[in-house]
Formats: sequence, structure tokens, C-alpha cells
Amino acid sequence: MNIPHVVSIKLYAAIFAALLLLTLSTTGMAFVDLGGDLNALVAVAIAIVKALLVILFFMHVRYSSRLTWVFVGAGFFWLLILLTLTMTDPLARGWLSPVGQ
Amino acid sequence: MNDSVPERRVHYLNVSYGLKSWLLTTDHKRIAWLYLVSVTFFFFIGGLFATLIRIELLTPQGDLVQAETYNKLFTMHGVTMIFFFLIPSIPAVLGNFLIPLMIGARDLAFPRLNLASWYLYIIGGLFTLVAAAAGGVDTGWTFYTPYSSIYSNTHVALTVVGIFVTGFSSILTGLNFVVTVHTMRAPGMGWFRLPLFVWSHYATSIIFILGTPVIAITLTLVALERLFRLGIFNPELGGDPLLFQHLFWFYSHPAVYIMILPAMGVISELITCFSRKRIFGYGFVAFSSLAIAVLGFLVWGHHMFVSGQSVYAGLIFSVLSMLVAIPSAIKVFNWTATLYKGSISYDAPMLYALGFIGLFTIGGLTGLFLAALGVDVHVHDTYFVIAHFHYIMVGSSVMAYLGGIHFWWPKMTGRRYPEVLARLAALIIFLGFNLTFFPQFVLGYLGMPRRYHVYPPEFQVLNVLSTAGASILAVGYVLPLIYLIWSLRYSPVAGMNPWKARGLEWQTPSPPPTDNFEVTPVVVQEAYAYDVLDEPEVIYAPEKAAHV
Amino acid sequence: MSDTPAIHAHQFDDPVQQHEASWLGMWVFLATEVMFFGGMFLGYMFYRSAYPQGFASASDRLDIWLGTINTAVLICSSFTMALAVRAGQIGQNRLVMIFLCLTIVLGTLFLGIKFTEYYQKFEERLVPGNDFRFEGALVSSAEIFFSFYFAMTGMHAVHMIIGVSLLTALIVKTSRGRFSATYNTPIELVGLYWHFVDIVWIFLFPLLYLVGRHLG
Repeated sequence: MNIPHVVSIKLYAAIFAALLLLTLSTTGMAFVDLGGDLNALVAVAIAIVKALLVILFFMHVRYSSRLTWVFVGAGFFWLLILLTLTMTDPLARGWLSPVGQ
Repeated sequence: MNDSVPERRVHYLNVSYGLKSWLLTTDHKRIAWLYLVSVTFFFFIGGLFATLIRIELLTPQGDLVQAETYNKLFTMHGVTMIFFFLIPSIPAVLGNFLIPLMIGARDLAFPRLNLASWYLYIIGGLFTLVAAAAGGVDTGWTFYTPYSSIYSNTHVALTVVGIFVTGFSSILTGLNFVVTVHTMRAPGMGWFRLPLFVWSHYATSIIFILGTPVIAITLTLVALERLFRLGIFNPELGGDPLLFQHLFWFYSHPAVYIMILPAMGVISELITCFSRKRIFGYGFVAFSSLAIAVLGFLVWGHHMFVSGQSVYAGLIFSVLSMLVAIPSAIKVFNWTATLYKGSISYDAPMLYALGFIGLFTIGGLTGLFLAALGVDVHVHDTYFVIAHFHYIMVGSSVMAYLGGIHFWWPKMTGRRYPEVLARLAALIIFLGFNLTFFPQFVLGYLGMPRRYHVYPPEFQVLNVLSTAGASILAVGYVLPLIYLIWSLRYSPVAGMNPWKARGLEWQTPSPPPTDNFEVTPVVVQEAYAYDVLDEPEVIYAPEKAAHV
Repeated sequence: MSDTPAIHAHQFDDPVQQHEASWLGMWVFLATEVMFFGGMFLGYMFYRSAYPQGFASASDRLDIWLGTINTAVLICSSFTMALAVRAGQIGQNRLVMIFLCLTIVLGTLFLGIKFTEYYQKFEERLVPGNDFRFEGALVSSAEIFFSFYFAMTGMHAVHMIIGVSLLTALIVKTSRGRFSATYNTPIELVGLYWHFVDIVWIFLFPLLYLVGRHLG
């Protein structure tokens, strides 16, 4: 249940500033070669942090009931199932050749 | 006019009359009726396609229809039956009617969304009917790319839009059920006092919510590819047909659990009532429903064993598919244990329930055959698969739906139904069903491929048996249509609890008043308390009036 | 208009139950949206892992500065939306209207920039279909990339348009005094929707615009 929790404007402003900073850094980092797939990982990691800030503070999940956390978590957990279990196929395609070859 | 004319009780059916009062209703019970009429309509449309298929298959040659037409027949049969009958049937008819009653609420959490859900279903259905009338689709209900996205010359876009819209109907129903069960249970109705019907619909709703959007976006992408030449599934650009299959089956496998979980919920209600016993292992059955819903999302690759998918992925999916059989088996064991030493009566709903247990066991076990990668390589795309899923979808789901309709008919209409005719129909259906589909296991094992309108002559005998069975099955389905409508006028009036069943829905008059309970009930008993029938199920705290 | 009385719909027992149901209902809907967009993210991952160079060189054709600006615009709009919800919670209807209007302006700005980008891509013949032109051997995977670009940002734009319509409806309702400190659920729920659409873009931006910039 969501007990109406009024967040201070200061906190909102701080989150807002953090989000803008993270955006600038993600664009900046894009030009630095970190080697291999690290660039993609860092970009997604920064995006996850930004998303968490929006979810926890702008969407009040930080102040919400455990049931809300379950619902939010379930959505993203299911997305993870979709992404990871599916990707086992293309990533493992060449590993095992048919019998006799 | 004389004083001995009794005052006519007002209930949800007679509280208002006229088309507008039905088409603009927000009463979950009336919406259930809207769905009942609509899904029955689509059931018979799908049955019509099945009839044409079975007539064609009487002979090895393609003499009734051309190959292209046959492709359209099995496609439209699948699309109609799956999306417009099986998926909505029990949840949108029985679930809508019963869930508020079973938890002691006045309605679902979002009555207007409930009505919107029905309209979305109808609009989606209209799109599909128009597509059918305009020449149909020939891709199979599975819409595999690139045939569906590039090469087919049939009304793919129109049909997938229809399915997309109807999908939102499902999503809203699931949303409504989940929120309702969490927030609107009557006092004393803890989670572990809920009827298992409610647990199974909750589990089904998880699938509605988390699975349906994926097919929505998948079909959207197919439509975009057809209409705007986007190149997502185009092999000429390096597009992979397997991406479509992964996306499609990610929903469509859990969809089959949408089609069976509500049925299992019905069976738990029927078995307990007609054995006069508490369910054996309530907690196990409840958690098995959740387990089926969750595990069901992890197994879709078993539809793709021979598609070119990575063998390692295939191995993972094969193992997971074995696991998902476990909670289903637990339920079958628990129903059987409930029957043991029960006081069993053989009313029509119970005949359907007993038939379910047997046929579901066969369907489920043959599912394990298919889950074994090595076996599936040989019987994939044969009639073995068709027999397997019809044992579940027709032999189990449809029978549970009919059992439920009969069981709750007195509650929904205030009338009984003709019991002898009903038992006869149940038997006809059971016999007709087995004659139709058991030969198909043999056909598939012998190698007859699915989706072919011609076949080698040595398969004719089994095909003729199957078609004969289908004609018997058709009689079995038409009978309830006739006698249930007849019963609305001519059957005896039913009392509040003609089956002497446990459950809050039986604690209110038949038919119920619009707000379900005159006073909000307070639950004081566990579910299925058949061993203590003299103890009341609810008490009415006078200050908890239903209306402020 | 002063405080509206705490009425609740007849199926609920009290306003608290109604609020809880509405809040949970919105989150359930957002979970469906996660899976809806998720299907496209899967497709994107599927092909990016198969065609990394094609995706990188196609991504380079997107305007990174317009993308960054748009990301900032959306983040600003989430800030104003959060402030609108806050104003609703304390019954400050005038502030609600101001912040909702700002959110609409920022949302519309985002859409304007987006459609400018679309038009540029159309001129550069980077729209998938018969007219698609891309130099080099990576043309096929580039066309797949642009298929995802248009599908994903297009679907996102549709959601933005719906969001702007919802905000407009909210402004109308607020101006008629429908909301107060005791009842402001619709503002809260539209806020959740708006933030979600922002989160989708937070992921779209690096995945579409920043694939191969580090490769020079």
C-alpha cells in the first residue's frame, strides 16, 4: 500500500541533477575505448543506475510497500528471463555439431 | 391482483432490462454473460473449420478443398479456437462471474476496465472475422516468418491486428483479477482460505500480464514488416526466422497454461463438492498453480527442437520441460487422493471432472514424450503433437469449462438443468473425444505429418475413425447448447445452494443480487469444509453493511 | 474549489482500498509495458550480437547530440512531473497545472526533436525499405539496425503522444477542481506512466546512439 509520502523538492532536485550528470557521462564515456564489450556494459550499467533513481525516487518505490517491490521486481525479472534464456540460443549455436560430423 | 402473489426478488438479471443495460453494464456477472455468448459463438466457428478439416481428411486425396484452402482452414481453426475461445473461456466467463463472489466482494476492482476488456475482445474478433470472410490466412496460427512477414498473400496484417487487440482484453482481465485478489478479499478471507479456483486464476493472471505483451509486440513487428517493409525478420538482410519463433513461443507456450490452469481450478471445486471432502494437500495444489505459471515461462524452446536452435539451448529447454510436469502431476495425485474414501456422486459436473483427470493424465504424459528431445525429433509436426495438445485443450480444458458451466448454472441463472440429458451429453463427449483423438496418436507415431490435406492411403482407416469420432463429439457439444437454453425457461427454479457446496458463492441467492451480498460476509471457515457442514461458513457482522 | 469529499467507487469499502487498488493496477500495467518493449530489446540484442560492426557503423549515422539533448529533455520532464505529483499531494492545484504544462512542453519538445531526426533520416535515405541506402558491405545489418531504430523509437513516440494526451486530460480535470490533497490518484498514476516512458528512453539512448562511437 502506498502511504502518501511527500518527497522534498531538494531531494527531487538532487536526483534530477544526478540524472543529468549521468547522461552527460554516458555520452562522454561513449567516445573512450574501454576495450571489448566493456563500452556496452558501462553504458547499460549507467542506464540501470539512472532507471533505479527514477524508479526509487520519482516513482516513490523507495517509500512503497513490499508488495509494490514484488510487482516492480517481477516485471524486470521476467524481462531478464526473456533476454537471457533466449540469448542462450544464438550464443551457443556453433558449440555442438550434429552426430557424425 | 391478489395478495398471495409473492414479491419478485430483484437480482442482477432482472434489475434492469434492455440492450443498453447489457452493453453498458459494469456488473461482472453480466459481463460474464456477454463473454459466454461471444465465446460460444467463436467456439462453433472454430468447430466449423474443424468439421471441414475432418471431412477433407476422410480420404487420402485432396478432394474437398485445395491445398491453399486447407492451409487457411487449419489456420483459422487454430486462431479462432485458441485466441477467441480457449484463452478467454474459463477466465472471462467463470472467472469474471465467480471471483468477486468467491472472495466476498461486490465486484472486481475495475468494473469499467472489465467492460472495456469485453469490447476489445469483440473488436479483435471482428477484425479476425473480416479477415476470414475476405479470404482468411494460410500461415498456420503460429505465423512463422518469413512466410507470414513477406511471402504470404493472405490477410495476415488484419488477423494479427485482431489478435493484438484481443490480447489487450486478456491483459486487462489479468490485471483486474490480480488487483482484486490482493485488495478486495472479505474479512477473514486469508490467502489460504481462498478456493483453489481463485488461486488458479491468480496464477493464470500472472501469465496474462507478463506473457501477452510479448506476442503483442511480436505480431506488431510482423505487421510493420508487411506494411512498411521493416527488415527485422527478412532473411535477405540477415534476419533470423528463429528470432520470431523465440518471441512467438515465449508467449504461446505460457498461453497453453492460460488454457489449463483455470480448468484445473474448476476441477478442484468439482472434485471436492462431489466427493464431499476437503481437498487433499491444499497448499500443494495452490503452490503448484503458481509453479506451473512460473515454470511455464521457461520451456518455450521445446517447440523449436528441430528449428535450428542451438542444441545446448534445446537441452536446457528439454530439462525444464520435464520439471514443469511435476506440479501438474502433484495436482492429479491430490485430486485422486481427494476422491479416495470420498462420498462420490456422478452428477454431470463430476462426470466432466473425472473425464478431465483421465484425459489430462494422457495429455500430460504425452507432453513428456514430446519434452524428450530425442523423441520429439521424430514426432515433431506429426499428428502425435496434435493429439497431445487436443487431449489437453479439448479433453481437459473444454470438459472443465462445460463441467463448470453446469456446476454454476443454477447460481448464474437460478435454474437447474436437465440432469439426465447432461450426463448423456458428457458421456457422448467423452466417447466422441477419444474416438477423434486417440487414433491421431497412432497416426503421428506412424509418421503422418500435420497440416497436410493429403496423406498416404495406409492412414485412411485411422483418419476415418477420427472423423467419425468428431461427428459424435459435435453432437455432444450441440446438446448442452440446446438444453441449457431450454432450461432458462422450463427447468425447476434452483435454490441458494442446490449442490450443498462450500464456498461463498453458494451463500448468496441464486441468481445473486447486483452487489453479490446483502451484507459483507466475514469468513470463519477454511475452504472445502465438507466434513463440518453444520458449522457456518460466514458470519455477518451487522456493522459491516455492504453499502454506506 | 476546496477539498473534494473523499468519495470512493462503490465496489470499494473505503478510499484507502481504492487508492491501493489503483496504485497496484498501474504497476501491473507498467509490468506489461516492460514486457512489451522487452520484446524489441530482445530482438535488438539478438542481432547486435550477430552483427556488431553493422550495428556500430549504422549507429554512427544517428545524431549523438540531438539524442543527448533529447535525453536531457525527458529527464527534465520527469522532474517537472514529479513536482506536479508532489503539488497534487499537498493540494496545490495551481502548481499542479504549472508543472503539468511544463511537462507537456518538454514532452512536445522531445517529440519535435525526434521527428526532426526522422525527417533527416528520411532525407539521408536511411528508412528501411526499397529506398534504403548505406555505403559498404554492412548495408544489410545496417538496414536491420534502422528497422529497430524506427520500431523502437516509433513505439516510444506513440507512448509519448499518449502521455501528452493524458497530461492534457489531467490539466482539464485539475482546472475543474477534481483533485485535492485527499484525492489526487490520477495525477500520481499518470506520473508513474510518464516516468516509465522516460525509463524506456534511458535505455534506448545508449543502445541506439552509442554503439560504436568509441571505435572512432
